[in-house]
Amino acid sequence: MSENNSIGIVAPQTAHFSEALTLKSGEVLPQFDLVYETYGTLNAAKNNAVLICHALSGNHHVAGKYSADDKYPGWWDNLIGPNKPLDTNKFFVIGLNNLGGCHGSSGPSSIKPKSKKPYGASFPLVTVEDWVNSQARLLHYLGIESLTAVIGGSLGGMQALQWTIAFPERVKHALIIAAAPNLTAQNMAFNEVARQAIITDPEFYDGDYYAHKTVPRRGLRIARMLGHITYLSDDAMGEKFGRKLKDTIKYSFDVEFEMESYLRYQGDKFAGEFDANTYLRMTRALDYYDPALNFGGDLSKALSQVKAQFLVVSFTSDWRFSPERSREIVKALLDNELTVSYAEVTALHGHDAFLMPDTHYHNILRNYLQKIEFSDDK
Amino acid sequence: MTNNVNITNLNYKFRQDFAIIAGWVGFGSKVLDLGCGDGELLTYLRDSLEVKGYGVEKDDVNWLACLKNGTNVIQMDLEDGLSGFEDQSFDTVILSQTLQAMHKTEEIVQEMLRVGREIIVTFPNFGYWRNRIQITAGRMPVSKTLPYQWYDTPNVHLCTINDFDKFCKNHKISVIERKVITDGNEVSFMPNLLGNLAMYRLKAK
Repeated sequence: MSENNSIGIVAPQTAHFSEALTLKSGEVLPQFDLVYETYGTLNAAKNNAVLICHALSGNHHVAGKYSADDKYPGWWDNLIGPNKPLDTNKFFVIGLNNLGGCHGSSGPSSIKPKSKKPYGASFPLVTVEDWVNSQARLLHYLGIESLTAVIGGSLGGMQALQWTIAFPERVKHALIIAAAPNLTAQNMAFNEVARQAIITDPEFYDGDYYAHKTVPRRGLRIARMLGHITYLSDDAMGEKFGRKLKDTIKYSFDVEFEMESYLRYQGDKFAGEFDANTYLRMTRALDYYDPALNFGGDLSKALSQVKAQFLVVSFTSDWRFSPERSREIVKALLDNELTVSYAEVTALHGHDAFLMPDTHYHNILRNYLQKIEFSDDK
Repeated sequence: MTNNVNITNLNYKFRQDFAIIAGWVGFGSKVLDLGCGDGELLTYLRDSLEVKGYGVEKDDVNWLACLKNGTNVIQMDLEDGLSGFEDQSFDTVILSQTLQAMHKTEEIVQEMLRVGREIIVTFPNFGYWRNRIQITAGRMPVSKTLPYQWYDTPNVHLCTINDFDKFCKNHKISVIERKVITDGNEVSFMPNLLGNLAMYRLKAK
């Protein structure tokens, strides 16, 4: 069933939760759905589970394909599968779409129970903490008490970190990749520009654009174009596009440079498949996450109850989630005398590097995951 | 700070310098090894003394080797200092045969003294008689401990035992113990001439 060690054909599932979830904001979600996928087999002792936390635009479709003719596999397929770095012969891997998402879990674009209409602007703002709490609900639903590992890149890395803080007894290993303990002002500024692009789009209708049978495409498109610039390094853009022209200079504002063609393509593609309200909420969750806030800004104190073992990875050319930010996490872990290794991977591709199959990077993950031990004695 | 572990029972190629370092490191203590290579010393200290060890290593291949053998390893360049480590947060900070390759020699020793309650520094003694003979013969020394040609050596700050003694005195560093070895044997007579590897156990004055 496999080509190139693919997990093969997969299918999403939906878990319904009828018990209310109180969010960090104080708002209450009376009920919610989480859509998820699993790969590999849960062992008898139920101690080989690995949770994948997705980033800004990710979802539950992490690996495999839905049908043999699918053009693309899941977003982290290069990492997950039989004999891949995250080996599904060994681990039971869970991917889910976070609350507030637009791929099947309850979110602004999903139908609000009893109303037959989308939640729209009424869907509450969710935080990294809320996601982790809802993920814990999903684990409970799957009959899993604790995770042998939680893995995430970028915003997913923040969730992995939060897991170790919120549930110190329930996570053995955390792999935190291209992440940060909070966003800098500059990083939040990019989010604000992205949100303003969406919110000021005339088709936004204060978030209730579904009722007007439209979407704020222009805003979402610009938000995504901006995001793409920040996910790549100057060098990577230089190598990929440089100053290459599509044709000759035409003295116009049409697409003239290859880079423009790429950004417009990525923006259009995204605007056609992603929900603007979800984008707003994901960026806000990024802005709000700051586990040290209640500890006078002292991340070491925020991590004082943590027990997990850590692998922290950053990429040299990542300026949106720079190595310096990962080192702050490492320092706080060291201050608590926790077991931690930290790799600073030399990479050209900026923040996007965490999704790429760089040999050294994948060797790091493979070797770390291979060393994780658990006994299958029930 | 001595230990009763019989190190000859362990599955290592016996290294006298490791044995001396083990004698200077407390059982169960917290150790930071700077430029830890493939993690051999930390593995040895962990298995013999149950130390809580962390390594610092810049090189990708060595870093991965550490990960494979279960050593906690932080990838960073020692030339940037030790800002990721709190003051006095380690019992012992070790710089094993790396001092001579550091550009910021004074800075790294000061950083080690900041982070560690004690530090261990070892380096090839440039005053060793075999080096002196090669110099006298008009050549830069090349040997087992200094296996590089002048044009490809990573060693930029070679020194003699006398030089380092003076360095410690000038920088107000107190020498708790000093051992000098040649081919695995301790040298007490004319160490700056007859000793190949210098080993210092130090602390701030």
